[in-house]
Amino acid sequence: MAGDALTSGEYIKHHLTNLTFGQHPDGSWGIAHSAAEAKEMGFWAIHVDTMFWSIGLGVLFLYFFSKAAKTATQGVPGGLQNFVEWLVEFIDTSVRGSFSARNSLVAPLALTIFVWIFLQNLMDLVPVDVIPELAKLLGIHYMKVVPSTDPNATFGMAIGVFLLVLFYSIKIKGVGGFAGELTLQPFSSNNPVVNLLFIPINFILEFVSLIAKPISLALRLFGNMYAGEMIFILIAIMYNAGLILGLFGGVLQLGWAIFHILIITLQAFIFMTLTIVYLDMAHNEH
Amino acid sequence: MNINLTLIGQLLSFAVFVWFTMKYVWTPIMGALETRKKEIADGLAAAERGQHEQELAKERAKDVLHEAKAQAAEIVAQAQKRAAEIVDESKDTARVEGDRILTAAQSEIEQEANRAREQLREKVGMLAVAGAEKILKKEISADAHQDIVAALAKEI
Repeated sequence: MAGDALTSGEYIKHHLTNLTFGQHPDGSWGIAHSAAEAKEMGFWAIHVDTMFWSIGLGVLFLYFFSKAAKTATQGVPGGLQNFVEWLVEFIDTSVRGSFSARNSLVAPLALTIFVWIFLQNLMDLVPVDVIPELAKLLGIHYMKVVPSTDPNATFGMAIGVFLLVLFYSIKIKGVGGFAGELTLQPFSSNNPVVNLLFIPINFILEFVSLIAKPISLALRLFGNMYAGEMIFILIAIMYNAGLILGLFGGVLQLGWAIFHILIITLQAFIFMTLTIVYLDMAHNEH
Repeated sequence: MNINLTLIGQLLSFAVFVWFTMKYVWTPIMGALETRKKEIADGLAAAERGQHEQELAKERAKDVLHEAKAQAAEIVAQAQKRAAEIVDESKDTARVEGDRILTAAQSEIEQEANRAREQLREKVGMLAVAGAEKILKKEISADAHQDIVAALAKEI
């Protein structure tokens, strides 16, 4: 349903606008009624839909997994527990494969990232109009159901990972060691004066590669999911363009959704693996 | 697509989720997996031990059976020997007893014959005395001439 009164452009824009709660320019607090209003709210606004869906999915994940964990000690495992244990062992193997130091935080972190991102991405497979139309019946006019198409969500996680990388870099190597890593390589010389000259060059190079970690982490996930969502929206527009194009759109949607199953799993896995690798690098001198 | 407070909210909820996973999901599940792995290993080891013990017991049972068979054979042999001995002994005893009975019977028969002979001799004596009496027409009394009769009887 591309909406009767909406043009294609408006339809797309509508689908890409978050349900934003914040302070209007006139000082009152409330829900933004248009994309422009949402933009005017500036930083001190919150995307209610992103928060709702991501926290809801996170709670769902933790509910089932802690339920399985609670019954884990009682002998023969059942269906849910088998699945959870299989996933836990898969993550554990991945972590053991690429993380060489000992840190009890990394494996649970990897599990959380993988399952949470997977569930967020999974919302992409719900046909684009189903939940927004239901929300419209409840009087909510903007509803973006895939949290990972919101850069706030992906950057939130990436910054969390980045803070851990900084924390462990400094904890393991000390402030001096970490600073040395940023300034004394890749260029170095036996001559102290030349070495001193290399410091700013090294710092620029290393700082960029350090900053690139969270940014690439966040943008890769966001970009993939945003693009996927956009294609679903474009396919949905075809339903309004006559019977033949509509049928063609149905086939396309099915094909893209099947292909997307691969993408959502892959993106969750990549985010998890890169997190493990970055933390491994933070633990090792190199 | 605005960057706003949602970023902080996501960061915080991410931190809480990771903490929760670490405390209530990962640790208990890994603990359970470790425990189960250990239990299975123990079970397998116990099974192997049991099998080994069973084999040993089988061998032992075979030995015991062999020994018992040997003992049984020995006992049977002894019993047969003893039985033969007993049969021999009783044969001997029987023979001796038979001999003894035979001898006793023979001596008794001899005694009887002697006694009969004695009686016969007396009777003949008396008969002779009676004949003599008849001949002497009662002049000689049987009481008075008893010694003569006895002498006669002896001579017969």
